[in-house]
Amino acid sequence: MAKVVAVTGNEACANALRQVNPDVCGIYPITPQTDMMQRYASFIANGKVTTESILVESEHSSMSACIGAAAAGGRVITATSSQGLALMWEMLHIASGDRLPIIMPVVNRALSAPLNIHGDHSDAMGARDTGWIQIWSENAQESYDNTIQAFRIGEHMDIRLPVMVCLDGFIISHSIERMEYLEDGEVRDFVGEFKNFLPLLDLEKPKSYGPLILTDLYHEYKRAQHEVMTKVKDVVLDVAKDFEKLSGRKYGLFESYRLEDADIALVILNSAAGTSKDVIDEFRQRGVKAGLLKPRLFRPFPYEEAAEALKNTKAVCVMDRADSFGGYGPLFMEITSALYHLKERPVLINKIYGLGGRDYMPSHAELVLNELNEIAKGGKVKIIKEYLGVRE
Amino acid sequence: MATGLTLKELSKKEDRFTHGHRMCAGCGAPTIVKMVLLATDYPVIAANATGCLEVSSCISEYTAWKIPWIHTAFENAAATISGVETMYRSLKKQGKIDKDVKFIAFGGDGGTYDIGLQSLSGAMERGHDMLYVCYDNGAYMNTGIQRSSATPLGADTTTCPAGDIIPGKLRVRKNLTKIMAAHNIPYAAQASPSHWMDLMKKVRKAHEFIGPKFMNILSPCNRGWRSQTNDAITLSRLGVNSCYWPLYEIEDGVTKITYTPKDKIPVADFMKPQGRFKHLFAPANEWLLKKVQEEVDKEWEKLKKQAECGC
Amino acid sequence: MKPKGWKDLPPGSVVLEAGSAVKFKTGSWRAYRPIWHEENCIQCLLCWIYCPDMSIKVKDGKRGEFDLDYCKGCGICALECHGKKGKKAIEMVEEGK
Repeated sequence: MAKVVAVTGNEACANALRQVNPDVCGIYPITPQTDMMQRYASFIANGKVTTESILVESEHSSMSACIGAAAAGGRVITATSSQGLALMWEMLHIASGDRLPIIMPVVNRALSAPLNIHGDHSDAMGARDTGWIQIWSENAQESYDNTIQAFRIGEHMDIRLPVMVCLDGFIISHSIERMEYLEDGEVRDFVGEFKNFLPLLDLEKPKSYGPLILTDLYHEYKRAQHEVMTKVKDVVLDVAKDFEKLSGRKYGLFESYRLEDADIALVILNSAAGTSKDVIDEFRQRGVKAGLLKPRLFRPFPYEEAAEALKNTKAVCVMDRADSFGGYGPLFMEITSALYHLKERPVLINKIYGLGGRDYMPSHAELVLNELNEIAKGGKVKIIKEYLGVRE
Repeated sequence: MATGLTLKELSKKEDRFTHGHRMCAGCGAPTIVKMVLLATDYPVIAANATGCLEVSSCISEYTAWKIPWIHTAFENAAATISGVETMYRSLKKQGKIDKDVKFIAFGGDGGTYDIGLQSLSGAMERGHDMLYVCYDNGAYMNTGIQRSSATPLGADTTTCPAGDIIPGKLRVRKNLTKIMAAHNIPYAAQASPSHWMDLMKKVRKAHEFIGPKFMNILSPCNRGWRSQTNDAITLSRLGVNSCYWPLYEIEDGVTKITYTPKDKIPVADFMKPQGRFKHLFAPANEWLLKKVQEEVDKEWEKLKKQAECGC
Repeated sequence: MKPKGWKDLPPGSVVLEAGSAVKFKTGSWRAYRPIWHEENCIQCLLCWIYCPDMSIKVKDGKRGEFDLDYCKGCGICALECHGKKGKKAIEMVEEGK
């Protein structure tokens, strides 16, 4: 039986991790993630889990230790944000290159400089090419559900890849929401026993992890790594199907909101999607066919499916809570890549919003939907990439 | 039952680090690895920092390691093995593994004194049951002999070259063995492959403590030291006999010198066969050679006092 | 041998065969070859412990011939050899002579 609770995103994730009860956990504080791992530390201290923690001296060592632990053979978790994820960057590639299914909630936060502790997506976007699976979450419920599903996805024997579960710093990590917990036993059964794959602790069959591989085979290894990513979508959908049976909550590669007959659409990640949906409802009431696409699986990116979902729209705004200075927003680049192959495709614009935790308000969504409406009626695109809610 | 520490007995053991590795001819590091693993009478898992030993011992499908081994990056061998050890403890607690396993990390001085110092310090403080072995050749040899904080005073490296104005490295080495002991770990020691019995006894002793242990082992590099391919053992012996590299251990905070040379030789005897110190024998640099001797004497006297007072 | 394609590789580039480096012979690196003079050998085994390339074959605690498949010819064994009555048991000779 599901239990209805009022909790923060951090608390929800910490409880998902508690219910899974992994073997080893790397713990290091960083705002706004800190609260998640300190909750986990208290689960350990109070015997709610049997996990062994590693209270590391940096995120770099956290990921290094998690890699060591995962290679040794067992279920491993950690969590981070922002600078912490940036400090891990080198090791993220090694976790995926070694095919180790480490599960890591990333509480999204801006990157320095200037120093800022609030929510934006610069951290996880900076890690999009590290070979990790990335699953994004709108609210506490999705963060919880995605964290549980992440174990099944990453540990799938055809996949064996690390997974980041992204949720917005403060907006989700620290806001109390109504949500439902599954029973501990249900989660345990859903996730199942950890299956070992090439464990170092198998002393009878000594293995060497991390060889030097030069021009003769490196290219082939990277090709093989890409191949694994091509299998992820199907696994994500299979796991989502099972999860729906258990929870009644439906998940896909992305969420399509009133998109079937939409003329104009927003593509937007995480918490800001919730705000946008309300505004879309208002536009619908006024007779404007507006819709929204909220990516869930960002790596691997579901290009064909996203193109199929957006192909009948006339104008689309891709909203990025991260920037690529001198380039377009990272999500915009994915959507343009997805749509390029269509014979007829919508007009695309890109808005950068909410950097460093700047509020994203319904009025912002209205502004964008009005602009899209003009474009859809044949208006010209004035500027492709623009900053939303920025003071002149 | 532990194998007797005689070469005859030890030679009957199977090599856990095999030939076919691609370290340079005459390198000190493989001999150190061989000795450390021969002295270890337990199942053992090793981590390795990026460096000469790592790139030469595991290339493509060829690994010289017959034990489980992991390399992840340069600055984190201690953190990596701490993860392996923690998983072992977790699984042991859950009854999923029952063997007694030892954990060793190998790193060069670049990966230990410099870029890996933070992760090493963290792992030592956390108290993992592991032995960290630094094979100290006194520079970043794998990238082509760049200065590290282990490079001795006066040495010529590619980033502190002996030039007309600056005669090589002007700073003294960091005393890493003492820094490690300052973590209040149960055992820290310095060893040299020339004194194989002393080295192996220290490894044996280290394994008997539960918790973090550290060994710093002098590892001659004929490329970086600009010496001969046949003199790794001879040079490490000269290093010991000049007290440039004293053999000692710090057990639960108590220092003990494990070998005192009968006749302490001038440090110049250790330096003379090495091209990296050649410039110090020019008249203009006599002052620096003198300073090197003074530094060695000062450190040796300090160490003796430390040993005498039992602290 | 046909080079491996990307479908043939072990996941995560993990090397599955322990000690597989024995398949990589380093004997061709040698410029000088060690010669063992058994008559001068006192079986101290110092050459064995100091050899960086595990290239001295020892059986039942007694040394035998060099393993020239791997010996890189560094000469440490010859330099460290005590020999008998001032006569070394190991001598280095130039390869090809």
